[in-house]
Amino acid sequence: MTDNSLSRSGKPIVLENVSRVWGDTTAVDSLSIEIEAGSFTALLGPSGCGKSTTLRMIAGLEQVSAGRILIGGADVTQKPSSQRDLSMVFQSYALFPHLSVAENIVFGLKVRRVGRAERDERLFKVASLLGLDQLLDRKPGQLSGGQQQRVALGRAIIGEKPICLMDEPLSNLDAKLRHEMRVEIRALQQQLGFTMVYVTHDQVEAITMADQVVLLNQGRLEQAAGPRQLYERPATPFAARFIGTPPMNLFPSAAFNGLTSSCDYHLGVRPEAMRLDANGPISATVRAVEYLGADVLADCVAANTSFQVRLPTSETVLPGVEVRLGFEPAALHVFDRATGHRRDDVVKEIGAELRS
Amino acid sequence: MSRMSIKREWVHGWLLLLPAMVFLFAFTHIPAVTTLINSFFSTPRGRRSAEFIGLENYQEMLTDDVFWKVLWNNLWYAIGTIPLSIALAIAMALWVNDKLAGRSFVRMAYFTPTVLPLIAVANIWMFFYTPSFGLFDQITGFLFGWPASNYLGNPETALNAIIVVTVWKEAGFFMIFYLAALQAIPVSLKEAAQIEGAGRWTVFWRITFPLLMPTTLFVGVNAVINSFRLVDHIFILTDGGPDNASALLLFYIYEVAFRFWETAYAATLTVALLVLLSLLAIGQFFFFDRKVHYK
Repeated sequence: MTDNSLSRSGKPIVLENVSRVWGDTTAVDSLSIEIEAGSFTALLGPSGCGKSTTLRMIAGLEQVSAGRILIGGADVTQKPSSQRDLSMVFQSYALFPHLSVAENIVFGLKVRRVGRAERDERLFKVASLLGLDQLLDRKPGQLSGGQQQRVALGRAIIGEKPICLMDEPLSNLDAKLRHEMRVEIRALQQQLGFTMVYVTHDQVEAITMADQVVLLNQGRLEQAAGPRQLYERPATPFAARFIGTPPMNLFPSAAFNGLTSSCDYHLGVRPEAMRLDANGPISATVRAVEYLGADVLADCVAANTSFQVRLPTSETVLPGVEVRLGFEPAALHVFDRATGHRRDDVVKEIGAELRS
Repeated sequence: MSRMSIKREWVHGWLLLLPAMVFLFAFTHIPAVTTLINSFFSTPRGRRSAEFIGLENYQEMLTDDVFWKVLWNNLWYAIGTIPLSIALAIAMALWVNDKLAGRSFVRMAYFTPTVLPLIAVANIWMFFYTPSFGLFDQITGFLFGWPASNYLGNPETALNAIIVVTVWKEAGFFMIFYLAALQAIPVSLKEAAQIEGAGRWTVFWRITFPLLMPTTLFVGVNAVINSFRLVDHIFILTDGGPDNASALLLFYIYEVAFRFWETAYAATLTVALLVLLSLLAIGQFFFFDRKVHYK
């Protein structure tokens, strides 16, 4: 990388009970999040969960119905986006089609009347950082998707703003390019040290890039945690099934042999945590087997619950066969059926019951 | 394929083209060519048939004071109507493109003048301009105590009064094009500019207006053609008077041809008008083409 004098420090963002309501529909429902300065936070969730609305409220493009938004400790709830000192990359890139790449990148600097010498200097740095040197005179229409993406990134970072927002920036790229850009965006964020809020519906993007993942569902916060915590200790059944491919298996207690008392709970075990075990607590019938190369994915049924098991290719399972399945006690997740919350306090008790 | 069937296809093709071609030739091409030919002949009168007189009609035109006067009037009329109606059209389009209560009603209201026939419009404005009873005199008399004024009868103000009517008539029509163009501009461009710190004014001049350039070119060409083409209201409002103060080129051609029956000279004036319009259209395309961004 070239000389790095574009560095800056990020600002923290705090959302306090933020809501967005349109008539009868509540897009975002009393959401509270804390985003640390200089961190990479991913807003993750299925379509229509309110993640883009949340980002647009932080950007000041969407009115806040209730609650407060603080940036760097200052209340910005009523401020227009131009006064929030942040930059944004749009899903469609939103490049100005009539301006050249160079003009697109320095647009904000021109608006803020930064002198020509400094503008050119910063443009040179950003262009070499993103490999856009050869393309500065082109119009956005003459660029490929990946190049347009870089221009949008350049426009976002040249202003040296403490916060950068991104709204599904990689969704228009092909798989290979998406992987490259993921690495590049993460490196850029760490190098420049700004606070990143990144909206995505792709759990892989969120898990691989973010320091903190904010998982939303129907406008509500499901869980805000680091990627490891989110995978290893999901707070709700939704979080458990949203993170990980294939999703975590959730069983009623009837699926386990020798378990009678705990019908108030959902019991979760990840497919990759299960193995063939002649003494295991689950008796299941194999429905179908998918060969994935590195391992085998078996669709099974136990007590009318279908679930998936990831097995090494060395184990030969065939459709229609009865199998016994087991797992390490630490791999068990327990969720309260009534409240939907994680119940770590009863894991030991249930584990003991399964072993007996 | 045999020669016979090729020929049949050829006949079919021409038969399909025929209806449109008949009308195009009858009402556009043949009259245009005839006009050009007539401009080199004298006007036939009674038993005396038209004679070839070369460029005599053109010499007469160049020394005709009325021709220069109406040409000059037409220039002022174009300068007065085109920028004003385009600016108004953009302003109205921006206004009704925003979220506002009763938006569709306002859109319809702006478009109404376009729907009305120009003759009807002229009659309405005739009432507005009537000395002492008219709307304008009533308002200015009530508010400022101004005396009655004859806007249409005064050589100083007659052309301006007609310019006002034309702008009122045309702005709503052009607004429709701008409204369509505005709705084709993605909102995210405006949002991106806002986030970069641009105010409303900057967003308009740096983003919206440049992206409207193809529409402005189209509207501009139409407005120029209209400024030479639309003369109906002059017949109602001023009849070209007083002292040709409000006569335009096409109005003068009509007078020469169908009031004075100087058909050859009218043909000459028409050729002049055609040449002028072609030059303007070509010029506009060349001038704007470098500045217009097409998607």
